[in-house]
Amino acid sequence: MIPLSWYLILSAALFSIGLFGVLARRNAVAILLGVELMLNAVNINLVAFWRYLDPAVMTGQVFAIIVFAVAAAEVAVGLGLIISVYRQRSTIVAEDIDLLKW
Amino acid sequence: MTLWNNPTNFIADWLRGVFSGWGMAEGLAVILVTLIGIVVMASLVMLLDIFLVWVERKVVARFQDRLGPNRVGPFGLIQPFADIIKLIIKEDITPDGADKVVYNLAPLLSLMSVIILWAIIPLAPVIFGVDLNVGALYLIAAGAIGTLSIIMAGWSSNNKYALIGAFRQVAAMVSYEIPMVVALLIPTILAGTMGMKGIVDAQSIWFVILSPLGALIFLISAIAELGRTPFDLNEAESEIVAGFHIEYTGMKFGLFYAGELLHAFTFGTFLGILFFGGWNGPLPWGGQYPLIGALNVVIKGLFFYWVIMWIKYTLMRIRIDHMLAFNWKFLTPVAFVLLMVTALMDKLLAGTAPWIYGMGMFLANILVGWLALEAARAYARRQRLAKEALAQPATQAAHH
Amino acid sequence: MTALQVLFILSAAVILGSALMVVTVRNLIHAALWLIVTLFGVAVLYAMLNASFLALVQVVVYIGAIAILFIFAVMLTRKEMRDRGPQLNKTWWLAGIIGLLTFGGLAWLLNNWSGFWKTAGVIPAGADTMRDLGVALVSPNAYVLPFEVASVLLLAALIGAVYLAFNRK
Repeated sequence: MIPLSWYLILSAALFSIGLFGVLARRNAVAILLGVELMLNAVNINLVAFWRYLDPAVMTGQVFAIIVFAVAAAEVAVGLGLIISVYRQRSTIVAEDIDLLKW
Repeated sequence: MTLWNNPTNFIADWLRGVFSGWGMAEGLAVILVTLIGIVVMASLVMLLDIFLVWVERKVVARFQDRLGPNRVGPFGLIQPFADIIKLIIKEDITPDGADKVVYNLAPLLSLMSVIILWAIIPLAPVIFGVDLNVGALYLIAAGAIGTLSIIMAGWSSNNKYALIGAFRQVAAMVSYEIPMVVALLIPTILAGTMGMKGIVDAQSIWFVILSPLGALIFLISAIAELGRTPFDLNEAESEIVAGFHIEYTGMKFGLFYAGELLHAFTFGTFLGILFFGGWNGPLPWGGQYPLIGALNVVIKGLFFYWVIMWIKYTLMRIRIDHMLAFNWKFLTPVAFVLLMVTALMDKLLAGTAPWIYGMGMFLANILVGWLALEAARAYARRQRLAKEALAQPATQAAHH
Repeated sequence: MTALQVLFILSAAVILGSALMVVTVRNLIHAALWLIVTLFGVAVLYAMLNASFLALVQVVVYIGAIAILFIFAVMLTRKEMRDRGPQLNKTWWLAGIIGLLTFGGLAWLLNNWSGFWKTAGVIPAGADTMRDLGVALVSPNAYVLPFEVASVLLLAALIGAVYLAFNRK
């Protein structure tokens, strides 16, 4: 059978890859792709804990559904912001959008 | 379990016995028999697709008051094979600058998204691929993969018109998924389960009588998902040549075309299963004899495929902004109101006699439909009066 | 090696491989397509965990809506069809070290937890997890309030996105 540790290690690895994507990429859309990977890793964790610890109580799955909704809302607004920035500044490289830097 | 009571399981057991007799391990025999079942199902579906090409060309010809192909074989029945041979021997052109992997993957994904739908269609109480308890949602998921393949095709063709066609088609498909989900929730409420087999089992009265407006909303959003007229801005040959599959030649175009026809037939079958009773159809004893049940489902599929073609070859094309306005301003609110009314009436009439239940639901549907049409008529009247009020001073000035 | 273990190892390989491709390929459309492969692998994982509703919602919401949004956004924010310039930061090696440290830290932390090597319990045969999920989402004793708050959040996101993209003529 599959122990819980396999799922947790998989989601930790996916989270770390997403973290690398957020910290290392220049393009703003690519940073959002990394954020999506991290949200998926969290969801895998939630559903694995639901299944292994107490399948009778639906908390894990409900939490995962709320994370779906939050991720969808965040991607929609984030991409809208990126398109707005692109219209104003013609670039979405994160290093070049630096009006608020000191 | 005999051949007539349960044909697929009978043959599967016999094959498993044969494989075990040859010395294969038990698990491996089960996997092999399952794989053979999948290949047989997909092949039967593709063979049906060839027949659908002939049906399409004959029916469009009759609607346009001509004969259609009638030279190649009796009644033109060998015509699809001639089409296939022509497509295979055509030169396979990949445009310069196209993204090769994505370009070649798109037609495969488009056809795959249709064939995987046949896994949940119950042809009879014992002939089905798998009885998912979330069958209605699986329908939407397969549509999502189809949407993805269109974007891939439009983008990788390196062609502005392909991209515009793909954008329009994807915008329409994603928008019309919402009334489709709501229309799929109506048989779910009436049957108490999302599984296809459960929905057919619960249809002692056909759901089209309990919810005709739901069936109509499902049909309209299915036609929009398919990309057929009146919603076919994607292949508007007079506007953007051929939309997202401009740059596809030969058999790749054949895959797109065959996928579209098969998709139409599959949605016709789903309409028959969800709203028109599935295997309890025109031929009697559909429930007891699986082969008669499967024949019933296929007959209903062909009939609704003919209805979809009838709509396609009769109506005009609708402009993209009218299409999206129709969805968001009319179809989605009506679908949600219908869902709430269906849930309410289902609870109010829960214990009553079947004919009271049926009459109540039918009248509630007619009421919602009539109110929706009245709202649309009032809106149109307001717009017309506003336009006339604007035009009046100009005409009065012209008179004086 | 049971069949389920083989399936898990295959899905995990697909998920991690395509996630690595997402964060390293230069062409952003390809990155979005690799993300779709990752999301599909995660859906397979949900199906293995007996969460069939979540698996299908993952395909419909993530692949059918969010990934398509990503592809549209990439197409609308580029001046030409080909990508140019470096696609990683100047300090990408630091990001790699932080990623490895995070993974190591999480693995060590979880290893010290008592339930780390638990195996799955059996779901009783008559339990209808989908019905329980539906009841949990709308029952006042369960999670109706987070459910409604999530729908208000989606409404706020809808209004925000429309306002951002609105073109005042």
